[in-house]
Formats: sequence, C-alpha cells, structure tokens
Amino acid sequence: MNVAIPVAEGLWTDEAEPRLIGGQHRLTGEIVFPMLQGDAAQHFDAFPLSRTGTLWSWTSQGFRPKLPPYAGPEAFTPFLIGYVELPGQVIVETRIEGASLADLKLGMPMELVLTEFAPGRSTFAFRPAP
Amino acid sequence: MTNVQIIGAGIHPFGRTEDRSGRDQGVFAVRQALADAGLEWTDIECAYGGSEGAGNADIMVNELGLTGLPFINVSNGCATGGSALSSARNAVAAGQCDIALAVGFDKHPRGAFNAKPGDWGLPEWYGETGMMLTTQFFAMKIQRYMQLHGIRRRTLGMVAEKAFRNGTLCDHAWRRSPVDLDTILNAPMVNDPLTKYMFCSPAEGAVALIIASEKKARELGADGVRIASIAVRTRPPGSFEVFAPAISVERGGKPTELASKAAYEAAGIGPEDIDVAQLQDTESGAEIMHMAENGFCADGEQEQWFAERRTELNGQLPVNTDGGCLACGEPIGASGLRQVYENTVQLRGRGGARQVPGNPKTAYSHVYGAPGLSAVAILER
Repeated sequence: MNVAIPVAEGLWTDEAEPRLIGGQHRLTGEIVFPMLQGDAAQHFDAFPLSRTGTLWSWTSQGFRPKLPPYAGPEAFTPFLIGYVELPGQVIVETRIEGASLADLKLGMPMELVLTEFAPGRSTFAFRPAP
Repeated sequence: MTNVQIIGAGIHPFGRTEDRSGRDQGVFAVRQALADAGLEWTDIECAYGGSEGAGNADIMVNELGLTGLPFINVSNGCATGGSALSSARNAVAAGQCDIALAVGFDKHPRGAFNAKPGDWGLPEWYGETGMMLTTQFFAMKIQRYMQLHGIRRRTLGMVAEKAFRNGTLCDHAWRRSPVDLDTILNAPMVNDPLTKYMFCSPAEGAVALIIASEKKARELGADGVRIASIAVRTRPPGSFEVFAPAISVERGGKPTELASKAAYEAAGIGPEDIDVAQLQDTESGAEIMHMAENGFCADGEQEQWFAERRTELNGQLPVNTDGGCLACGEPIGASGLRQVYENTVQLRGRGGARQVPGNPKTAYSHVYGAPGLSAVAILER
C-alpha cells in the first residue's frame, strides 16, 4: 500500500492503475506533458496517457543533484532516468526503476509505476515491462 | 551587407582567478583587445556585452572611462557572447558606428549549474525529483545517438583526450595537462556514458572583440579578419533540448542545423570550405553530434573521422584547437566569444604551438545552449 504523498497534484490519475495526465490541444490534437498551467492551458484538455511505451534514451545520475531544487534523501543513491515514448502520444522524461544500466536497451517495452523517491513522497517512474 | 572585420581580440585566461571579479576579467580582456587593435577606449563608439552570472557589462565604463558611448547589456544565456557579437557587427554594418566592442565574461561557482525550475517555466516537481540537470540531457542525447549511429564509448574518450592535448598548447586554457585515454574512460561516471573527464566545468573568463567597418580597418592598417556571417537561431518544433519534461513524438529540426544553414548561406560557402572549426563541446558527445549537425560529416561517420585523426591540429578539419570547453571550462557569457577569439588567432597565424598549418582562410564557430539556441559565426581571411 503506497501512502506516500505525490510530489505534485494532478501529475497522475487516482485509480488502481494510475496514468500520467497530459494535455491534448483541442484543434491540433498535439499531446503534451505535464498538463499546462495558467493561460497556456486554455486550449488544452486533460488527457490520461498510456501506461506503456518504449525506451527512447536513458542515463544514470551518479552524483547528488543540488538542493534545492532536488528533494531526494540525504543519503544519495545513484538512480536511472530516461525518456519513454508513449506511442502516438508524447515522449516523457522519467525515473527508471527495477533495472540496472546493463538491462536497458533502445526500444525495450516499459510500464508506469509509482515510486517513493524520498521518505513519504512519491513520483512516477517507468520499469521494464514483463 | 557592409563588410565588417574583427580588428582586435583580447582574452582573460579561463579557469579560476580567485581575486578578480568576472567583470574585472572583462575589463582585462577589453584592454588587451584595445592594445591588440592599437586603439584607445575613447575610439570605441558603441559596445555590447554581458554575463550570465557575473553582473551587468555596462558598469565596465567605471574602469574603462566615461566616454558617453551607448553600452547595451546582453543577457541571452549561452548565446550571450554570440548575440553581443552579432549586435556589434550589425551596428557597424548598419553604419551606426565604425568601431564597436563585443565583450562577454563570467564567474560561476564550482560544481554543476543549478537551475531553478520557475526560471525556466517548469514545475517544481521536475527539479525536486532530480531530473533538472543539464548533464543528464547531454548524456541522454549522446546515448540515443550512439545506439542509432554506432558511436563507441572509446570515441567519446578520444574527444576529451584531444581537448586536453590541445589545451596543453594554449595559454588561455584552464586544463593544461594531458589526460590519457584509459584515465578518461575509467574515471567516475557522472551520467552514463559520460565520465568526469568528458564534461566541461563551469569556470571563469572573459573575451573582448573589437569590430570595425572594412573602410575603418583599412584606414587603421589593421590586422583584420572578416566576419563572413553570423546566425543566431532558437529551436524549431520537435527538437530535443535541455530541460524537457516531455518531447514531441513528431521529431523535428535542431537549432544548430538552422543556425548552421543560415550562416553557410549568408557566407556563400559550405562545410567543405572550412579550414578550422570550434564546435560546442560541453561534453564529449556534443562535439561528436555537432560535427554532423554543422554539416561536416554524416551521422556515424565520426567513428572514421576519429580513427583517421581528421580533427587533430594537423588534420583535414582541426576542431577545438584551444581545447574547447573541455579544456577551457565554460564561463557562459564568454564561452561563445572564446571560440571566435580562437578562430581570429588561427586566421591571423598567431596560434604558436597550436597553430593550424597551411594558412587557414576560413574558420567556423558554433555555440549551443539552453533552452535550445545556437549561434554560428564564419570568419574569413
């Protein structure tokens, strides 16, 4: 049971299998992530994104990002990030869980999970899909 | 457009100068450029300059003299120097003045640049979750490029090895010691596939260039280098840039490709005509990708170029002859002008131990930065 508090409101849907919330332009159909805020949002409707996609690129984060803005735990553990292409929608930047560098291959299937990136705080991530 | 020349070039050594402010380094560079051109500060009719993090440039008049000249502060991120040069060139070309100054300087704290999400129009969570680092972008861009175009890790190391080797021959470089390939490849990984030695560091330094109309340059008997073209471009739709929580599935163009194409067209020459090039090498992968984005080779051909050492000082197209950002560090406001400074040195044949042989006649410089902009300048002798 994940009781961690989301890092931000409105990033993903509140359902058993949460989806990231993007925005779709009403005229062009273009899909963006995250959903825009303020005046920029007026031509966009919220659009729940696919839970699965393919790995577009990746890297490791080998040193602790500066604080602020980084809000991860004091004891730094290197982590992985990447871009996952949600076919026909958008390519999102994300943390990568459940994999080591050696596992990652261009185009491999990935799926959305929620993860606790700091004590009591959750964010989204993708992991290799079974 | 009226022909415009660079008739004076000055530089404050890059690296760390603890007891000198960024702006004072700028004043140092201006004085050197004036001496190089054989001019006095009172001869400068207008000035453009700036820094990213070391204050306004126009306050330099306190040190240089209250001559009443118009002094425009430029604040354009990584293109600050390029925009200052472009503006100075345009002022001279438009006939507003005959002699103009472009100056850029900076002084950054140690460690990676620390960006605030709000300053970039991004939500706080993006920074909080550890995804807002410029180094990650560069790593992910080259990671994908390596997969698609067969670039090897060893080649990334060779870029850095060349940079440090060229830096040993350059008196304005920060890193002046060679680093061997194994050390580069086996150094701590910052962002896979890029190790510590494959990234440049934020630094300090300053560059000043004095621009004059061709008529004025002739009158002065100046050792001038002609500015054939300058192009500054921002990103087109579908590009992949620093600080992007998401990118479009419709892949598009790149700001570097746009700036490069515009600069070649305005100069009336192509990449095959260039004798020496300074390409943005924020990290090793950037130099490799920018070789292709600027039209010098096709994607993937860099492997062969490095195997044949074509970008060495004595190669077919020497690249980053002063060691680039990797050896000089990156004071943002000065970095793009350093490339133009180095090209001026090379075209004048004053490169000393790092001089490109064969009297180079054309030189190309390219800077890239957040949030997706690029500036290209082509010089001719």
